Amino acid sequence: MTEISNTPSVDTIVGGYRKRAVWRVALVVAAALILFATVVVDVITGPADLSFWRVAQVILNPSIATTKEEVIIWDLRLPVAMMAVVVGAMLGVAGAELQTILNNPLAEPFTLGLTAAASFGAAVAIVLGWSVVPGVGGLFVTANAFVFAMFASLLIFVTTRLRGANPETMVLMGIAMLFTFNALLAFLQYGASELQLAQLIFWQLGSLARATWPKVGICLVVLMLVLPYFLSRSWALTALRMGEDKAAALGVNVTALRLMVLAGVSLLSAVAVSFVGAIAFVGLVAPHIARMTLGEDQRGFLPLSALAGALILSGTSIASKAITPGIVYPIGMITSLIGIPFFVSLILGQRRRHWQ
Amino acid sequence: MTLEVRDLNFAYGPRPVLRNAGFSPLKPGHLTALIGPNASGKSTLFRAIAGLLKATGTVTLGQTDLATLSPKARLSRVCFMPQFFAANAALTVFDVVMMARKNLSGWRATSEDVDAVAEALHSARIGHLSEAYISELSGGQAQMVSVAQALIRKSDVYLFDEPTSALDLNHQLRVLSQIRSAIAKRNAVGIVALHDLNLAARFADHLILLRQGEVLAEGTPHDILRRPEIAETYGVDIYVTTGPKEDLVVHAYSHA
Repeated sequence: MTEISNTPSVDTIVGGYRKRAVWRVALVVAAALILFATVVVDVITGPADLSFWRVAQVILNPSIATTKEEVIIWDLRLPVAMMAVVVGAMLGVAGAELQTILNNPLAEPFTLGLTAAASFGAAVAIVLGWSVVPGVGGLFVTANAFVFAMFASLLIFVTTRLRGANPETMVLMGIAMLFTFNALLAFLQYGASELQLAQLIFWQLGSLARATWPKVGICLVVLMLVLPYFLSRSWALTALRMGEDKAAALGVNVTALRLMVLAGVSLLSAVAVSFVGAIAFVGLVAPHIARMTLGEDQRGFLPLSALAGALILSGTSIASKAITPGIVYPIGMITSLIGIPFFVSLILGQRRRHWQ
Repeated sequence: MTLEVRDLNFAYGPRPVLRNAGFSPLKPGHLTALIGPNASGKSTLFRAIAGLLKATGTVTLGQTDLATLSPKARLSRVCFMPQFFAANAALTVFDVVMMARKNLSGWRATSEDVDAVAEALHSARIGHLSEAYISELSGGQAQMVSVAQALIRKSDVYLFDEPTSALDLNHQLRVLSQIRSAIAKRNAVGIVALHDLNLAARFADHLILLRQGEVLAEGTPHDILRRPEIAETYGVDIYVTTGPKEDLVVHAYSHA
């Protein structure tokens, strides 16, 4: 430990903090700007050869577009690009808060079995043709996926409520969900026809191709409902990272906070996954990127997790079109392929270590 | 404001941890040391006073029965520093002290807040750690940060659960005198749970001896340390002598 002579002055301490505060804002702004750029690139990339200027003209002044251009830009590319941003942000936020409340660096919607439950719900629709929610028409695969994902989180919610919501119980329940729904899914796959199997696999690989404006709208509304709540609990969530005891001593009702945040996370991931299919990895990596660059003060961590998730998915959307011109690969495949090397390099290059 | 604790009872399942624990009213500006062997209920007593667990009995601060306050209001009157400090988070020392200062409300840190935190880190002599992550701290450093987190809060009662257990000799003395002078300056009630009887004798005005959830004895260090209950409670032979600065020195030996 250091002696008195080494203790920096008050001004030096304030200066150090101020520098970091500026860096935090700059980083969030930079991430937002890069995200804007990837969205632009995402919209101008695609099989139809449209120049950047033409796309910009059509977006700024839709009346000049030909019918073909209008369909390509307004009905196909823009909803996909926006869906990538919104769903990426939802998964980033969901992962960030799951890792926070469960005190576990591996937590994300996938680990808690929510994605597996959604996949099973989709399989019930595709293979058995059963719709859990009547009257949803063509959206019944999505509706089933949503209902099953919410059901899985409800089960976790109820068990932890009965047994006391400690993080270990929640993670173990999540893992139980994951294996249960995977096993049930295997049952359905075994009995499925080739066509159904193909459909199911396509769903499981995750795809933005089915994005429409109403779907983007629903996702955005859910994100806008949940994110402000999480932001309003910033200090409490940050305090939780110092341990339950410490958070409780500061006046945080730890159990209530965990349950409320779990409810929000469930909603985010169930909606996201039911629209775009199983996308692992984004919810895991986005918070890690935010943590490594800004630390875990939720005032920076949460916005940056959202932005990092949006950036990953938006970048993936571009890659899915650019790898083989003319073919759009399912994004679930690409997220892992481009994300993992990046992630590993981040971990190996990391100077500071947490979660030891 | 004086703190009055009477007849606290609490059990984990069938096992009683506090049995009619209570003591004479504690005066503001004075530091009390809570002593007793492992598992004698020191942490539980602190939690009961802070309202973090539901014990029966009464805790009164001045004229206010603390049971009538909301949990959050109670915790802002009674500042409790828990014993353990999870240290794997990517939070800077500055951030965590700021969090304690903001008391979980208000997003923005005003320049007053920033100055207050910097001042607290400086006076606790941990300014050089300000921008370090708490995951990078040694046990002793983390403990000093914990104390700074507690002292930056404005409360009427401060409860420190073994604030010096991970510190070297120099820092033990330093942290305890920091706590002692803060308590005196703020005219607050301070209780420190301590294992080291010499530190208790040196810094506390009043000692409370706890055994199996019961208050066995209380009084000035001079009274308490010479009582046979002390040796009996710890299961050792104890001799008290006077040190070179007219202070009490406790010598303990295990039974031969």
